[in-house]
Amino acid sequence: MFDFLGEYDILGAFWMTIQLAVLSAVGSLIWGTILAGMRVSPVPIMRGFGTAYVNVVRNTPLTVLIFFCSIGLASTLNFNLAATDSPSFIVDNNFRLAVLGFVLYTSTFVCESLRSGINTVPVGQAEAARALGLGFTQVLRIIVLPQAFRSVIAPLASVLIALIKNTTVASVIGVAEASLLMSEMIENESDAIILVFAVFALGFVLLTLPVGLLLGWVAKKVAVKR
Amino acid sequence: MSGAPSVLYDAPGPKAKARNLVYSLIFAAVLVLIAYLVIDKLAEKNQLTGDKWRPFAEGGTWTTFILPGLGYTLLIAVLSIVIALPVGAFFGIARLSDHKAVRTLAGIVVEFFRAIPVLILMIFANEFYSEYTDVDSDNRVLFAAVTGLVLYNASVLAEVVRAGILSLPKGQTEAASALGLRKTQTMTNVLLPQAVAAMLPAIVSQLVVILKDTALAGGALSVPDLLRSANVISGNFGNTIPVYIVIGVIYVVLNFILTSFASWLQKRMSRRKKAPKGAQPLLDAPSQITTTTGAGGTGTL
Repeated sequence: MFDFLGEYDILGAFWMTIQLAVLSAVGSLIWGTILAGMRVSPVPIMRGFGTAYVNVVRNTPLTVLIFFCSIGLASTLNFNLAATDSPSFIVDNNFRLAVLGFVLYTSTFVCESLRSGINTVPVGQAEAARALGLGFTQVLRIIVLPQAFRSVIAPLASVLIALIKNTTVASVIGVAEASLLMSEMIENESDAIILVFAVFALGFVLLTLPVGLLLGWVAKKVAVKR
Repeated sequence: MSGAPSVLYDAPGPKAKARNLVYSLIFAAVLVLIAYLVIDKLAEKNQLTGDKWRPFAEGGTWTTFILPGLGYTLLIAVLSIVIALPVGAFFGIARLSDHKAVRTLAGIVVEFFRAIPVLILMIFANEFYSEYTDVDSDNRVLFAAVTGLVLYNASVLAEVVRAGILSLPKGQTEAASALGLRKTQTMTNVLLPQAVAAMLPAIVSQLVVILKDTALAGGALSVPDLLRSANVISGNFGNTIPVYIVIGVIYVVLNFILTSFASWLQKRMSRRKKAPKGAQPLLDAPSQITTTTGAGGTGTL
């Protein structure tokens, strides 16, 4: 009864899921940190932009963002992220648009986690740094952010886990990741849908569980003792 | 951001003020440049002309497409929360049971459904209903969407309820048993009402998650919700960008109202009950990061 599983590239689909998650995670971390920096900066217009961006994007459904990247940006505005003449254009373009959508969305949660981490840094740290003559960027970069990062590893792990689960949304623009393969398999093998579901459910448990455990352990390990 | 200067920087002196002004101008210039590029590109693709926007000035577009779609979106969201709340409360309480078997079983169920993407649950539920039940196909996608959302959000809410009950002072249970209340009575008359009150902000925030996730049903299962009606409109009028802007705004406004309501509730609750001891947050702490244990991760994304 397990024979048909071999006919499908399940590992390949999950590999696509992992690629989406890793690239989006790196992008979100970078853009989210920049956003957090803007939100706590002394320049009012940067704070305003950061706040507006976070509130708008966080409240937009991810599916709408992904559709917008694909139909709005790529199809309507011809804003393509791959060379149009390359043979794998459609596949590459959809993959990169999906990553763009995930980065735009997930970075708002990274930003908010970081901002709450900045709140856990005692006032005295920043005051002492300023007394030493450090400017805003130096205080943020050398004193506050390193401590903030260490205290938000657990929330960031949650954001990462949510991102791994969210990568399934890429299937709506045809990226061949796990959920797309599952809907294909579930249609073809209608007498074994519970088995197919179990395989994919297990796959996601195997992806998310170690991330939670590992980063939970790291969070304890590096926590700033106060 | 409160009016007081942040911990990260002092109240600016004349030099810092001048510097901030320069940064402001540079940043504003960058924003204007980006806006110009976007508008230029939009105009080049004819997305800004009057007749691309005209459909939204006509009542027909709203009554035929947008409002029914919005109705569907709200229907799915409301059904999901109404079903998920009692189910979640049940599993949350079951995880605190005195019987190890009940505790473990509830724990496995909750952690399992929190670890699986909602979309996977929806796709599976859709196929399951078509294979094993005779629900007709129009209702089937709706059922599948609600099933997926309920399974996922009930397990998130179970954690919320559990955390709420655990956060209550021990004296509450002790006083209840001193009065001779049974376990069930303690739970339903003493603990649960307080826990639900304390967790109300988290529950309202969860509504935002549900409302956003309903778009999955429109994207993947073709439920005629707000997102699907956007696709229909842009198919009719070829106005992709304006349509996405309009429905994006609708989603954002709805969710923003819910988010603001949640943080208002939170402030109100914390004012009534003395805030817990510990470091006071320096800036206004975002209230979004809640229950963070286990493989499910946060329920707020």
